[in-house]
Amino acid sequence: MTERELKKKSTEKKVEEETEVQEVSHGDSARAEKLKAEMDELLDEIDEVLEDNAEEFVRNYVQKGGE
Amino acid sequence: MVVKKIIGIETEYGIHTNGDLKDNPISASSVIVNSYVNEVLNDKTKWDFDDETPQNDARGYVTKGSVAPVVETHLVNAVLYNGARFYVDHAHPEYSSPEVADALEGVIWDKAGELVLKHSMQIVRENIGHDIVIYKNNSDGKGNSYGCHENYLMDRGLPFPKLVHDLVPFLISRQIYCGAGKVGIEVPSKKDEEVYFQISQRADFFEEVVGLETTLKRPIINTRDEPHASSEIYRRLHVILGDANISETATFLKLGTTAFVLLLIETGNVPKLDRMPLNPVAALHQISHDISLESKIELNDGSHIKAIEIQEEWLLLADNYFHKYGGELLGGDEVAKLILSTWERVLGLLKSDLLSLRYEIDWIAKFNLVDAYREKNQLSSNSPTLKALDLQYHDLRDDKSLASRLKLKTLVTRDQIESAVYNPPESTRAYFRGQCIKKWSKSIVSANWDSIVFDVGEEPLRRVPMMDPLKGNKTIVGNLLSKCHEVTDLLDKLDT
Repeated sequence: MTERELKKKSTEKKVEEETEVQEVSHGDSARAEKLKAEMDELLDEIDEVLEDNAEEFVRNYVQKGGE
Repeated sequence: MVVKKIIGIETEYGIHTNGDLKDNPISASSVIVNSYVNEVLNDKTKWDFDDETPQNDARGYVTKGSVAPVVETHLVNAVLYNGARFYVDHAHPEYSSPEVADALEGVIWDKAGELVLKHSMQIVRENIGHDIVIYKNNSDGKGNSYGCHENYLMDRGLPFPKLVHDLVPFLISRQIYCGAGKVGIEVPSKKDEEVYFQISQRADFFEEVVGLETTLKRPIINTRDEPHASSEIYRRLHVILGDANISETATFLKLGTTAFVLLLIETGNVPKLDRMPLNPVAALHQISHDISLESKIELNDGSHIKAIEIQEEWLLLADNYFHKYGGELLGGDEVAKLILSTWERVLGLLKSDLLSLRYEIDWIAKFNLVDAYREKNQLSSNSPTLKALDLQYHDLRDDKSLASRLKLKTLVTRDQIESAVYNPPESTRAYFRGQCIKKWSKSIVSANWDSIVFDVGEEPLRRVPMMDPLKGNKTIVGNLLSKCHEVTDLLDKLDT
């Protein structure tokens, strides 16, 4: 399930619960915009700190089982 | 008998280095623990292995062919000023928190453990020049797992089969709020393409319902019978199923709801549970593999139920209990109320507005990040970059940790956590252990959960037992400890 689908799911639930459908979808799209802006900023930041070679980093991260 | 829910939480941290120790995680872990212990502690108080009996099975027998855990006595193993144990377990540094009296204290001393590991990394970098990186996670994404175990004090009078029966449905479903999230899947028969993102780090590694093992054929309920307390009165339930959490809310809920449910079972405040998961292990995997939270697990009467519905049933029972009896056994009314209100709020949002929990619940925070990154960069769902993001969520380095960039909500203050690195909780026997080590470490040969061994020169070594985790708290021994200047004063007073 993608983020879009998760959002869709939460929107659907809200619509069922609320009578003023218009207001809800307006609120949700404003919220989605805010979420996206907030996320874009974070994703740019993450590009700067992400390990250089993701493939190699993931391949080299090998642990012995514990416990 | 009813027993206060004393709690402990222990984490085996992931460890990674590209330097000389690349292929030797045991040495790298030893370097991490030794460097910290040598730098921070005045005198290293050794762990006393006298009460370690991990082969004892709570069912009173040992399953043929099962492998009991090995106690590694030759590697570094120390007691910290806060009463915690810091040591090398298998090929990982492990921090076992001191005993605490409630879930909020559990969060504080668990977070203090993160600071211990961060400080260890820093000392190693500055003193030895090694870049050893520590991760608070439970899986390398290649089928290898390491644990985050919880411990709860229980009444030994409660029949173990009853405990197992009632607890399983709760344990397999609680991951919906305390799962740490994982990119991909590690069940050998399935491929990453089948599950792009799942709720739990650990679920894939569980194969049995009940058993003694922790490293192979891991069971949902572990039967290790090692109370580290008076074995006539107490049991220590060792829960090995959980994920290590970065989120304070997730750790709080994990410890708080589990302690609550154990209390309900112990005090007989649970109706007869007839409808049980038909296949608990399959259900555990199924719940973890469905981030929509819509899938229903099959019960033994042919009906089906969602994980969230199981949790709602337990929440209702807990709420009823609280209104009748209050929260004294969970650390007081305030903390019990906080458990209930957080549990209720989070379950509500999981149903109505899941993404609003992206600052509080690890798997949702991680999923939101991973999925947005995937979408922005048009990556396929099995891209290694997404796995890198997953790993880096748990990186403890301040400049690299993705979790810290997400600015997760906190429940406790930074001051409380920093203080807990050097001070024991005042609410349990960890207080006595930690204060003795602070004051008289030169005269302490070794210590463990239930005793301290003193060496006062010419006399024989003196073992001071602490068989009751509730005793030795500040209320009971605070005065005594502050009055005694010499260790001999303390031992004399304990004699009388």
